[in-house]
Amino acid sequence: MTMSLLAAANLRKRFGDIEAVAGIDLQVEPGEIFGLIGPDGAGKTTTLRLLVGLLDADEGEASIAGLDVHKQPDRARELLGYMPQQYSLYGDLTVEENLRFFADMHFVSRADRQERLARLFAFSRLEPYAKRPAGKLSGGMYKKLALSCCMIHTPKLLLLDEPTTGVDPLSRRELWEILYAFAAEGVAVVVSTPYMDEAERCHRVGLIHGGRFLLTDRPQAILAGFDEALFEVLTDDYDGARAALAQQQCALRSYPAGDALKVACRPGAAPETIGRTLTAAGVAYRSIEPGRPNFEDVFLSRVEVSA
Amino acid sequence: MTMAVTARNLVRRFGEFTAVDRVSFEVPAGSVFGFLGPNGAGKTTTIRMLCGLLAPTEGEAEVIGFDLRREVDKIKENIGYMSQRFSLYADLTVRQNLEFYAGIYRIPRAKKAARIAFAVKMAGLTGAEHRLTGELSGGVKQRLALGAAIMHEPRLIFLDEPTAGVDPASRRDFWDLIAELRRQGVTVFVTTHYMDEAEHCDRLILIYSGRKIAEASPRELVTDIIAGTMLEISGPPPAEVVARVEKAPLIKQAQIFGLVSHVLIDNGADATERVRALVREAGWPEAQVRPIRASLEDAFIHLIEREDRRIAAEGGRAR
Repeated sequence: MTMSLLAAANLRKRFGDIEAVAGIDLQVEPGEIFGLIGPDGAGKTTTLRLLVGLLDADEGEASIAGLDVHKQPDRARELLGYMPQQYSLYGDLTVEENLRFFADMHFVSRADRQERLARLFAFSRLEPYAKRPAGKLSGGMYKKLALSCCMIHTPKLLLLDEPTTGVDPLSRRELWEILYAFAAEGVAVVVSTPYMDEAERCHRVGLIHGGRFLLTDRPQAILAGFDEALFEVLTDDYDGARAALAQQQCALRSYPAGDALKVACRPGAAPETIGRTLTAAGVAYRSIEPGRPNFEDVFLSRVEVSA
Repeated sequence: MTMAVTARNLVRRFGEFTAVDRVSFEVPAGSVFGFLGPNGAGKTTTIRMLCGLLAPTEGEAEVIGFDLRREVDKIKENIGYMSQRFSLYADLTVRQNLEFYAGIYRIPRAKKAARIAFAVKMAGLTGAEHRLTGELSGGVKQRLALGAAIMHEPRLIFLDEPTAGVDPASRRDFWDLIAELRRQGVTVFVTTHYMDEAEHCDRLILIYSGRKIAEASPRELVTDIIAGTMLEISGPPPAEVVARVEKAPLIKQAQIFGLVSHVLIDNGADATERVRALVREAGWPEAQVRPIRASLEDAFIHLIEREDRRIAAEGGRAR
């Protein structure tokens, strides 16, 4: 078996009565973007902290390029870049000064420094803002600078904790483009996000809940494996429709999606069943169309199964 | 239709910088109106003007029937405003915070207890009124802040990124509250970065560099404004596909999307076939090409890129 760049086996971490991470197995290969997808409190941040060796695991082990993150922490850390949710840059230093500072921290030689700055500026498109104080950057630009500072020592593994939370859609897409560029150079990326719609941007994802993976696979395979019947109902009476479908146990769950009500039913359910249930309850509707699954549907379904 | 807000050519300058540049729009009473735009587009400045917190440099507005220049105090009394920054005192209890707001809004003594009870219930904090506000979770705090902001039963409420940093389940709960306000006839003016939230709005406007660049319903924004077909190309490495096809005249937008790539092209019966041919000529005869539904985010980015090109063509200020 070839050695994965990042390998973790049966990671566990308990805080008092709460098992924050309850047995995580993970391998990530060079050039791969792995998404840790789950809501707040699912165990994403703790998992990342265990992987980078900031927290000691109660059980299990993690290694980077074969180096154990606890037994050889210094050598392992040279190979990784880690961007926590609150990444501290120096607000009164400029963009360029921050980059130079982090380069010095990582003992990047003067000869290499200029070339790396140029590369990171190309990725991040921050060069026009090189002289702006970091404290005066917008949220999206600040994240791009933080990401650049994490990459100044050219690590082989990049771990990011919710880099896109609170970032506008345009900056969000730019951050993803930067991650794709790093991956294309062979960097292994682990990225956590509470946004279900970002799952499809990853090469492989783990849906995390209660400190465990509910599922890990390629996003396309996960969506293809979703077997509940989904429908989109257009109606002026959402509340009536939701109540009727829940009462008749016709729907497993229903929720608003855009201007429609999305309804998930058991595999094989026919749209006529929904129509009949609504009509019987006196709820008028305009149409019932088949719906396409997304990661939110998968996640909600899996959480119910595991409960 | 009655309008809750009518803004005409609103301008706000800060020294040399024009934060809001001749923005006009109308917000129908009783609707949920989404105000979208990247950071720094001018959203918060516009809201502050409409709330009477910041005087416009130029232009006019009517807010719930009152003139923004002459009747600003009336406006302040009759609207609710919840800012991006959490506006409650962390070291006060839930009840103390609500009593404080009841005082600010001069809620009559006879009504005060009922309004506080309403806000407590809305936040799901019945029985927990003596907890310190700083100890509440993000989602509960936001619901409490909303309750405080509507203590005086305003007919119009401005919410500036109310769900920033809140987890998905709490965001959904928050939007259920917004839907409830709408059913009661309250007009909701809301800014957000979350496109799944924008889809719940009746109408959206998108502003960028201080200017309005689109106004439509979410459905129109995706179908009409984007005016094209979104296709998914799977099989070959997406980075290579994007690099090869993005310069083709046919392609309006190309991006990597995980293991596949997405391209936007003009509408047309043979759209899929033309892209298939393009990909085949590029050396991937086995690639799969299929139409997919464009997202609101696709529309958002498309409009901003179009505006960037327009600004560049004018030789003007870029982002």
